[in-house]
Amino acid sequence: MKRTVPLFITAAGGFILVVAYFIPHTQDWGEISLIWFDIIASFAMILGGGNLLKIHLSKVSDRGKGWAFSGVTLAAFILMLIIGLSKMGVHPNDNYPGFAWSGNYRETGAPFWWMYEHALKPLTATMFSMLAFYIASAAFRAFRAKNFEAILLLGTAFIILLGRTAAGVVLTGWMPERLSGLRLENLTIFIMTTFNTAGNRAIMIGIALGIASMSLKVLLAVDRSYLGSGD
Amino acid sequence: MFEFFKNLDRRWVFLMMGFAVIVPILVQVKFTETPTNLARAVFNEFEKLEPGDKVLLSFDYDPASQGELQPMATLFVRHACEKKLKLYFMALWPLGPQMIDDTVRNVILEEYNEREGVTPLVYGEDYVNLGFKSGAEGVIKVVVTNMRQLYTTDSRGTAIDDIPMMDGVKNIRQMDLMANVSAGGGGTKEWVQYAVTPYPDDITLVAGCTGVQAPLLYPYIPQQLPGLLGAIKGAAEYEALVNEKYNPPVPDDPKEAAKWQTRYERYTEGVRRMSPQLFGHLLIILLIVAANVIYFVEKKREGSS
Repeated sequence: MKRTVPLFITAAGGFILVVAYFIPHTQDWGEISLIWFDIIASFAMILGGGNLLKIHLSKVSDRGKGWAFSGVTLAAFILMLIIGLSKMGVHPNDNYPGFAWSGNYRETGAPFWWMYEHALKPLTATMFSMLAFYIASAAFRAFRAKNFEAILLLGTAFIILLGRTAAGVVLTGWMPERLSGLRLENLTIFIMTTFNTAGNRAIMIGIALGIASMSLKVLLAVDRSYLGSGD
Repeated sequence: MFEFFKNLDRRWVFLMMGFAVIVPILVQVKFTETPTNLARAVFNEFEKLEPGDKVLLSFDYDPASQGELQPMATLFVRHACEKKLKLYFMALWPLGPQMIDDTVRNVILEEYNEREGVTPLVYGEDYVNLGFKSGAEGVIKVVVTNMRQLYTTDSRGTAIDDIPMMDGVKNIRQMDLMANVSAGGGGTKEWVQYAVTPYPDDITLVAGCTGVQAPLLYPYIPQQLPGLLGAIKGAAEYEALVNEKYNPPVPDDPKEAAKWQTRYERYTEGVRRMSPQLFGHLLIILLIVAANVIYFVEKKREGSS
């Protein structure tokens, strides 16, 4: 029962979507099953939150390495959750003034907005901007013209790096019109639209065939690995 | 000296990159951008539209990639405002609604609506924020056929039926154009696969994406994706086109010129962010060249000994 029901739900959901795609009259079935999917996706957020609590609470209780970071994570998570769910400091919606919780949780000036604006936003932007430093360090340590393939890769990288900035125009902008294809910015476009596109299309077609075959296996219950290893 | 560079501490690399990025920002170096065909295609798709046409703007990114994507989001909204289009915002990323709020505040509330002689845009009549729904591909597949099944209220909690500009809107196939700002999964690729591909005659999609995503989206150009803005470079090119057409001339009076500067400076973020990128790229090239020189000198030494 524990395995049969999920297998049945998967097969039914999958086949409904396939049928709804090809037969317009059954479009509503597809919509309904997708709304169910959206509801389940929302539950996945609750599951994710629960999992985060479980992992970090156990780290804090074990006093394992870096437990203080887990403590900060938990504090931030719980604080944001309480502020967001309770809509702390949020005024009711103008259309429904009688309902205290009808306001927008993102209201400017509210504690949730403040936490977002002054904590989450700068922190996540900082994390992303650190990439530039690590890329520079990795480029210095890893890129070596050891063989022909590496030389090709390096040459392409230089063209793209220069062609995606004003340097490309400065360095090769003087080239006459009949040689404009050799200008760095145009070479960049050529590489992206020809070599990159060809390679990516080949990969995409391969992936698509793989997905189709894998999906059929899942729908027909041949592949049951997504159910976990056992009871 | 050779030994110093051979065993260069990565903190020196970090310091150099820090300078390469900070100095151009402080000095405010700006370079002119020549628009490529892809940026022109995005611009032309907006230009084809008539006042009152509907445009769906899906902001599928968060603050982590705001540095790279915000300029194009700003420009999409500005271009739509200049064309007097009806703006329908939505998001497939949880923090997308905040990105929408930021952009609406920056472009519509603080700039466009403050212009003299312009009819201010009204929420619910000219623009609406439908907010975030979880499920990415699932959301796309529903909104292409019946968005009212999923969106019963806007992001402020107002019932969809009470929003004037939602009258008669059943699905996104009724939109005249769709512009997507995408930072990754649950973004442009999914919009192409689940919205444009099944309904190629109904949905026209243009997009702005991060640099790492762009190579993966080139295979969809031009049939499924007529225009694409790749990273800051794409934003700067599009910015050049929009500013050239819609920026009024700089007034001669210094006071008015200062006002002009304050008003329209927000639309030059792409170009402004290109200079740190240029110096960052040059530094990376320099580091690769230096590392290879060290590598070959060392190899030669090993060979001779």
